[in-house]
Parts: sequence; structure tokens; C-alpha cells
Amino acid sequence: MPDQTHSRPTVASVEKRTDAIQAALEERGLKAGEFIEQAEHLVEEKWIPENGARVVAKAWTDPAFKQRLLANGRDAVAELGLTMPPHHRHLVVLENAPKVQNVICCTLCSCTAFTIIGLPPDWYKDLEYRARVVRQSRTVLKEMGLDLPPEVEIRVWDTTADTRYMVLPVRPPHTEGWSEEQLAKIVTKDAMIGVARLQGT
Amino acid sequence: MDGMHDLGGKQGFGRIRYALDAQVFHEPWEKRVNALYGFAVKLGIFNMDEYRHAIERMEPRHYLSASYYERALTSLATLCVEKGIVTLAELEKRANGTFPLSMSSAPGRSNIPGRERFKAGDRVRVRSDYVPGHMRMPGYIRGKTGVVVSESPAYPFPDAHAHGVKAEDEPTFDVRFRSEDLWPNSSDAALVHVAVFQSYLERASDSA
Repeated sequence: MPDQTHSRPTVASVEKRTDAIQAALEERGLKAGEFIEQAEHLVEEKWIPENGARVVAKAWTDPAFKQRLLANGRDAVAELGLTMPPHHRHLVVLENAPKVQNVICCTLCSCTAFTIIGLPPDWYKDLEYRARVVRQSRTVLKEMGLDLPPEVEIRVWDTTADTRYMVLPVRPPHTEGWSEEQLAKIVTKDAMIGVARLQGT
Repeated sequence: MDGMHDLGGKQGFGRIRYALDAQVFHEPWEKRVNALYGFAVKLGIFNMDEYRHAIERMEPRHYLSASYYERALTSLATLCVEKGIVTLAELEKRANGTFPLSMSSAPGRSNIPGRERFKAGDRVRVRSDYVPGHMRMPGYIRGKTGVVVSESPAYPFPDAHAHGVKAEDEPTFDVRFRSEDLWPNSSDAALVHVAVFQSYLERASDSA
């Protein structure tokens, strides 16, 4: 913290602090650099919202799968080759309806089902979203561009344990007859967080 | 602990800085930090509850002014120092400046004796517990009454797991609260679902 009353040594920049801890681990024979490269691959190619989009598209087109998904999300997404970290022991899938809007958050930190819906966007981790969405849900959603009619019930899910959530959006009516691949393309991370609805719903 | 991190329902914050297709990372060092704390967890240097608690232990002004990934960096460095992997002096020498760490930890606690098993539809009350260490009960549900919606598999008890205290794994219950009960006359109407550890809950009396 800047302190105007006493002169103190300067706080090192976040980059320099990151370099310092990385180098300290490396010097102890812990291959941090290698792990960072692997993690880059996971972040860019594995933990992406396209995973969740495939799950949603499958649920829209396969009623038996949807039933399994709503009963046990973790097992159902595994059918599509999708995995979750061992400490995420449960995936709860929250089905939206024309008059129900589910929205997820984490007021205490910023937890998400990141291997399924992708890593959380910046605003999800900001103090504003964490503080406000549980108490001013309708106002916050409206500010974010989702102006829900008064008859739509809002259900907010605070990720306070290691159970993870994803929202199953309503299928847009104009997508009748579309293939799973086509459907997956229109599903967004924000719709699976619940702060957006898909076009036409 | 009733820390600065416990933001749910806090007033005074402005608009969400929302953008379509918002980014996850803004700077290359953020990706490195995100990988490094995952690396430390994988190596068993610390667990996720210790990691979260070390963020909560940040000096409040530092917590509020730090970005998400600076908080991750601070937790990672704090725990590496506390676990004896590295000294603060070494980190500051390498960084060529000061390296603010989190405040020290208070004792944790084990599970509550006589925990009850709840089922969907049960009315439950969140215990009015005040603990100095880690817990995953957001302050806005303390003492409040809600309805159990479902049960999740047993997890390590965070109040113990963040402190190296022995405890049994316990289930969490998704509990549904009415925003009107949480913040009477001072919230948008909504149902607020919170995943609540068994030790935080007691059966609500019928009159509740």
C-alpha cells in the first residue's frame, strides 16, 4: 500500500514477485516452468466454454441424456469425455425455463466449473459482481443487459462449497431441427453462468 | 473469519464492468500465477482450503486493492513461506523490493458434534457461529432460515482442512433462502441458494 507518512522500500511489481516465487521453486528442483507450459495448453485448449456448449446441445437434443445430466452432472459430462478436478465432487446443472433464470456466482472467492464452462471472466471475479449479484440480482442483470420481465423468477447460486454449477439455457425456438454441432455454436459462457439468455429466448 | 473477502450483500459497490466475451487474463504474469498455485496444490505443498484462507488473511486494504491474480500470488507466496519452502528474505531479494504477504493464521476447528442429516424439504437454520479461522459460510446467511434443496457428496471440512486440523469429511446441503429473509426490505426478490456444510446447520424449529 502506498503510505504518504513514512518512507518505505518500494513494493516489487507483480511481475517481479511472480518471477521471484517461480525462480525460488525452480531452484529447489520443482519444475515450475514446465508446469506453466502445460497449464497454458489446458487454459487455451481444454478448459473452454465449448465443452459446456456441447453438453447443452446434447441435453437439448437427447432427453435421456438431459435426465442423466440433471440427476448427476459429473457422470453425465464424463460421457462426453469431459472431466472435473477431483475436488469438484458434484456438478449441479440448473435448468432455465421461460419463467426461471438461474445465475451462478461465488461471493467468497471466484469458484466455477472451469473445466466445463471455461475459466471465469474478469467481471465474475470483480468485487462488484461478488458483492451485488446475491442481493440485487435483477438490477445487476439489467445493468449487464439482461432485462428480465417481472414474472421471471431469479435463482442465484452461491458456490460456497466444492460443488459446481452450470446453467442449462432455454433452447431458442428458431433452432428446430438443428444438429448438435450447430446448436453448440450458439451457446455462450455467459449463458451458462446465467447472466445472459440466448437470442430468441 | 469475518474477513474482507466475505462480500456477498455488501453495499456501496458500483456497476459491474461487464463486456461481451470478457477476458480471463489480461497480463502474461497472471497466467503464470494461475499455473503456479495449481502446481503447488498438485505437489501437495498446500490444499485449496489453505489457499483460499491465505487469500482471506490478506491485510484488508491490500485485499481490496489487489487484482484477483495478485491475491492468488500473495496466497501462494505466503503459504510457501509458512511451509518453509522459501523465506520472505529470499523472495524480496529476488524481487528487488518488498513482497507483502498475508497476516498470520488463527486456529481452526473440527466438525460440530452431533451433526444432523437433513433431507430435501427440511427447514434449517444456519448456526450463529463466529470462528477466527477459515470457514465457507458467507456472513449473509448467519442465523438465517432456509429450506434444503439437495445434498452433495462429503467434502473435507474447510474449517479444519485449512488449518491441518483432523476432521471427518461432511456433506454440504444446497439451502434455498429468500432474499427477503436475508435482507428484509432491502434486496431484489430472488431465491438465493447456498452450499452449506453440515456443521453450519441446525434444524429450524417449526415456528421459525
